[in-house]
Amino acid sequence: MLTSEKPKLKGKRNRLDKPELLAPAGNLEKLKFAIHYGADAVYIGGQKYGLRSNADNFSFEEMREGVEFAKKYGAKVFVATNIYAHNEDIEGIEEYLRNLYDAGISAIIAADPAIIETAQRVVPGLEVHVSTQQSIMNWQTVKYWKEEGAPRVVLARETSLEEIYEMKQHVDIEIEAFIHGAMCSSYSGRCVLSNHFTDRDSNRGGCCQSCRWKYDLFEDGRADLDELISEKEAGQDSVLEQFKVGITQLPLFQKEDNPFSMGSKDLCMIEHLPDLIEVGVDSFKIEGRMKSIHYVATVVNVYRQVIDSYMADPDNYVLKPEWIEEINKAANRPLNTGFFYDTPDHEDHIYEPEEKAAPYDFAGLVMDYDAETGIATIQQRNHFKPGQIVEFFGPNGTFFKQTIEEIWDESGAPLDAARHPLQRVRIKVQEPVQYFDMMRKKNGK
Amino acid sequence: MTKKPELLVTAGSLEQLQKYMQAGADAVLVGEQKYGMRLPGDMTLAHIREAVQRGKEAGVKIYVAVNNIMDNQVLHELPAYLTALQEAGVDAIVYGDPSVLMTVREAAPQLPLHWNAEMTSTNYKTATYWAKRGAKRVVLARELNMDQVLEMKEQLPNMEVEVQVHGMTNIYHSKRNLVKSYMSHQNVRNHDAVEVHGEDLTIDRGLFLIEQERQEEKYPIYEDINGTHIMSSDDICMLENIHELLEGRIDSLKIECLLKSDRYNETIIRSYRLAIDAYTADPENYEFQPEWLEAVQEVQDPERELSYGFFYKEQVY
Repeated sequence: MLTSEKPKLKGKRNRLDKPELLAPAGNLEKLKFAIHYGADAVYIGGQKYGLRSNADNFSFEEMREGVEFAKKYGAKVFVATNIYAHNEDIEGIEEYLRNLYDAGISAIIAADPAIIETAQRVVPGLEVHVSTQQSIMNWQTVKYWKEEGAPRVVLARETSLEEIYEMKQHVDIEIEAFIHGAMCSSYSGRCVLSNHFTDRDSNRGGCCQSCRWKYDLFEDGRADLDELISEKEAGQDSVLEQFKVGITQLPLFQKEDNPFSMGSKDLCMIEHLPDLIEVGVDSFKIEGRMKSIHYVATVVNVYRQVIDSYMADPDNYVLKPEWIEEINKAANRPLNTGFFYDTPDHEDHIYEPEEKAAPYDFAGLVMDYDAETGIATIQQRNHFKPGQIVEFFGPNGTFFKQTIEEIWDESGAPLDAARHPLQRVRIKVQEPVQYFDMMRKKNGK
Repeated sequence: MTKKPELLVTAGSLEQLQKYMQAGADAVLVGEQKYGMRLPGDMTLAHIREAVQRGKEAGVKIYVAVNNIMDNQVLHELPAYLTALQEAGVDAIVYGDPSVLMTVREAAPQLPLHWNAEMTSTNYKTATYWAKRGAKRVVLARELNMDQVLEMKEQLPNMEVEVQVHGMTNIYHSKRNLVKSYMSHQNVRNHDAVEVHGEDLTIDRGLFLIEQERQEEKYPIYEDINGTHIMSSDDICMLENIHELLEGRIDSLKIECLLKSDRYNETIIRSYRLAIDAYTADPENYEFQPEWLEAVQEVQDPERELSYGFFYKEQVY
């Protein structure tokens, strides 16, 4: 990889102090975790115009609360208004954008020029970031959006490190790039598999991830498309039968082969962040508005440490193995580096049956800690019981493993397990913890 | 007589251009894959110049597809290419990527522009946005329904509206080499070399996918320099209902000739020609003639359904 072999491409970053760490927040609680664990900004979805119609999206009231929370940390809240609108979506855009601005939202992420232009006209104080759905792949197009008044573009996931370098050479604009999470294997926005398979409109948030379904690959046995059989011939069973199995449908797989798939491995740039920092990327984006609190907190926590560590002393920066271990605890798919260094090949797609669950999950949230007794109050987030090994982690360096000994309820009565969602229980912890630290356990144990 | 809409077809060679003009096309879209997406064949600049000549003689318009998602590399060649197209006198170019618009402004400001962002040309306001930036035509996404298509034209009296009425559509475009990757994966699993040798993965190979839960549907798939393309398992056929689009004053009706034989395309073009001519000659007494459709059905691959696409479908999200 370029990281070690070549001198780094150095481009100019617009955000001079540090690149921004931008995290997804599927709901208000996730927003709080993302920010507390180190995100400089979060992006959320509102009730309309977003591409995750199945997520529990934010009301304006929740947005206000999210913005208030973010302010305390000096963080910003962006809203994804990234659909390609249809005629019937046009009415209401102005009002919606005004409401976003009034709620304190800093920027929208938009793909459709109808939304971009409206925002610029109606709420000039609201920044417009041009979405990855616009498939921005070259510096002229970056320049176009700059001239149209956009302070930031989100690049297509197909862009390489060298291409980003060239964009930075040509255009003075903030560049946002995805560094972690699931990827469309198509150009984003250029896939209507969902529309064709299930009548769900992918570009308005209805994507059903047909790219991850299983397919068989065949070739057409007909020598020449000009030699079509006539309708009369097609009506004869014998001809049709021969046509189907022998001539038109030659399988390009053996019985024991894995099926064809378009499904991509997930993006993970943890080992190469210095390359992206040096090339001048202004904002590092983590994918996953549908992902769990545990996922968001874990991934944000690690990238926060990587960015801070590198920026504090680039020359002596060392990638810590425990960062990679941490990332893997939240991963539910194999990882790769996307298009940054080369075009993905057979090792970058998932042909084997997919693991659905991440290896670890959120078990409890630390609500309180008594330093004298070493007892923590934990809000239950998943079943746990005495004897189980758990890990505590937090944004301020909390990280340790321990076996759970006794569990008490709030009145001090012993429990054989913490089995009720959101129940507050007490346990003895081996190191100090604080509010917002998380307790995780291995799945299935 | 009402204003005659244009019957537009795609062609991949001068030979096809000739055949399709004779079959009744009013306009032909050509190009080469370096600049344009999913074309039935590559036409070099020399061929395009010749096509323009032949088009002029026959009163047929020649449009050139420059609608790729462009990368930095191709930007260097874009000014010369667009200048050459302008000098050749092509009737319009089709673009989606704003880099083409930027280059046209500098290098070929006289070139008429058709805006086509494929799946993402979905509303009149966005079409108006591109009209303000010089586009005189919008090519609609094939995922719109009839009401939306007709509303587009109502809202865009000063912009030409083009809609596909026949043939297959692209349903997935990736920059990845997905077929090659899959074959490499198979090789690796069978302990062969990783490299895929001698496999034709182009549009000529006749590759297709079957989703395991949908055994009746065949989705053509191929690779070219722009990545991997997956096409619909059905062919849109709006012949029977063409009068709805004609009444709605849609300006251009497109037949996609990709992945079809010349003979098939000529048959299709002739049927649509007859229908459009009959309607324009006398809209009030227009009657659909079943033999127009029968001619289409005779050449239609029995494994590919003739459908209405999304024209009469309700989609959710």
